[in-house]
Amino acid sequence: MNDESQRLPVVTDQDVVRVRQLVRTVAVAVKLSLVDQTKLVTAASELARNTLVYGGGGEVEVTRVHNERRGGIRIVFADRGPGIADLDLALTDGYTTGGGLGLGLSGARRLVDEFDIDTEPGKGTTITIVKWCR
Amino acid sequence: MPLSPDEARRFAALLEGQAEQLASRWTELVAAGLRGRLSSAELRRQTTDLRRAFQQAFAGGATDLGQDAAAELRAQLTELSSGRARQGFSATETAVSIYAFKDVTLEVLGDQSDAATLRDYVAFSSFVDQAALFTFDSYVRIRESIIADQAEQLLELSTPVVKLWEGVVAVPLVGTLDSARAQVVMERLLQTLVDTGSPYAIIDITGVPAVDTQVAQHILKTVVAARLMGADCIISGIRPQIAQTIVALGIEFGDIATKSSLADALRYVISQNKRSGR
Amino acid sequence: MERVPVLKIGDILLVSIQIDMEDQVALQLQEDLAERIVATGVHGVIIDISALDIVDSFVGRTLATIASVSRVLDAETVVVGMRPAVAITLVELGLSLPGIRTALNVELGIAMLGSREDDGEPEDDEPDPVVVTES
Repeated sequence: MNDESQRLPVVTDQDVVRVRQLVRTVAVAVKLSLVDQTKLVTAASELARNTLVYGGGGEVEVTRVHNERRGGIRIVFADRGPGIADLDLALTDGYTTGGGLGLGLSGARRLVDEFDIDTEPGKGTTITIVKWCR
Repeated sequence: MPLSPDEARRFAALLEGQAEQLASRWTELVAAGLRGRLSSAELRRQTTDLRRAFQQAFAGGATDLGQDAAAELRAQLTELSSGRARQGFSATETAVSIYAFKDVTLEVLGDQSDAATLRDYVAFSSFVDQAALFTFDSYVRIRESIIADQAEQLLELSTPVVKLWEGVVAVPLVGTLDSARAQVVMERLLQTLVDTGSPYAIIDITGVPAVDTQVAQHILKTVVAARLMGADCIISGIRPQIAQTIVALGIEFGDIATKSSLADALRYVISQNKRSGR
Repeated sequence: MERVPVLKIGDILLVSIQIDMEDQVALQLQEDLAERIVATGVHGVIIDISALDIVDSFVGRTLATIASVSRVLDAETVVVGMRPAVAITLVELGLSLPGIRTALNVELGIAMLGSREDDGEPEDDEPDPVVVTES
């Protein structure tokens, strides 16, 4: 049983800010703790920027989810960019191709409860994250 | 076989007509089951209320416990479960109190054992079963919330953050540190640093019986987070055994200041203060 | 595009970030600050982030760059007011902001810059000694 999703395009810097704000609003609505809200919004910010910078833009989908015991949020970041050739390497702390700190992907993974990545060179990348209420 | 609205109304009439007898017999049966752990006056009040609630539900044509006509009955059942859960009765004892209503009603029906009455009774019986299951459910829910409340109270109790000196706060940790508690301690300590504008925090682990890798990690993360905010943490009260464990586990405390006692830690902080404020 | 205002108070430039910054705004702040340090000749920069509800790796990197650039321009940077939830998240993210000096609030940040100057000591690589003003 899931509620309706909200979608946002990610094609400009401003869109990254909008993604952060949407995720924050939904995180408050599902009653994540303050620290968990902060972790989720930070992860969303990292991944939305990846979608923009590495994926050449894409879309973000935010959904409230429920299982038997608790509520949570699922966020999907999808782009049709070049994809990631070496996933293990991309998930290593400190590895970067974009001149950043190389913490985006690996760091974001540590901030959420579920992290799933689906990528194919030349086709694009879809990353799904979930954060559950405690 | 569910109750029909007509049958429900027939039972409402029966429950009304035999009100007195039903309530006293029901009280007796429940009292026998609980072996005197509740006063019979208290039980009498409960069975009287419940009987009336059943009667109202049936009079309103309730054929299922979920219907609006049974709202008052559900409220009574919840109240009963809540009371029993808090008084320490088991879930079974609570549900059996409701099941007893079937026996009582059967006694009252007595000799009228024609086929129609029997059919009515079977339908009535399944309605009472629903009610009993309902108490079981609410009993479990209430117990869970009691446990959650207690766990939270325990956390509150066990993680005080105290102001020790101008610009110095301390957390005396007592007992086992698990992941959830460590998180609470961490957040509360950091918030206190902000609220009091204290640039020094002492984490005293004299009362912590053992340190494993996870606990050490939590303490380390707290120290790093405090440093990011502009405050320094000192860890005090490391017992010889724990020092041995820390080294054996290969945990790096790096450049974090450690002192053997809270007093030493405070002395250290004050001397640091003097040095930097010269 | 919005701009983050930079205030000069005595020998210090004070920046209080009150908005959810776009990346471009952060980069603009980095440029503005370098220019203002040279133009005003101050020796201290305080960046107040108490209104920021998150600091991600981009903002973290921008803060680190600002600190390094100011150091080259002979000004010391102190980042103040980081919220606990932000600090906890940064630790989890693996971002330790090396080279950035921090203080709990603006007052302690100013005190930190003040004592530095009195000492006239060269920058060391030790973890930050935090300074408290004696009342």
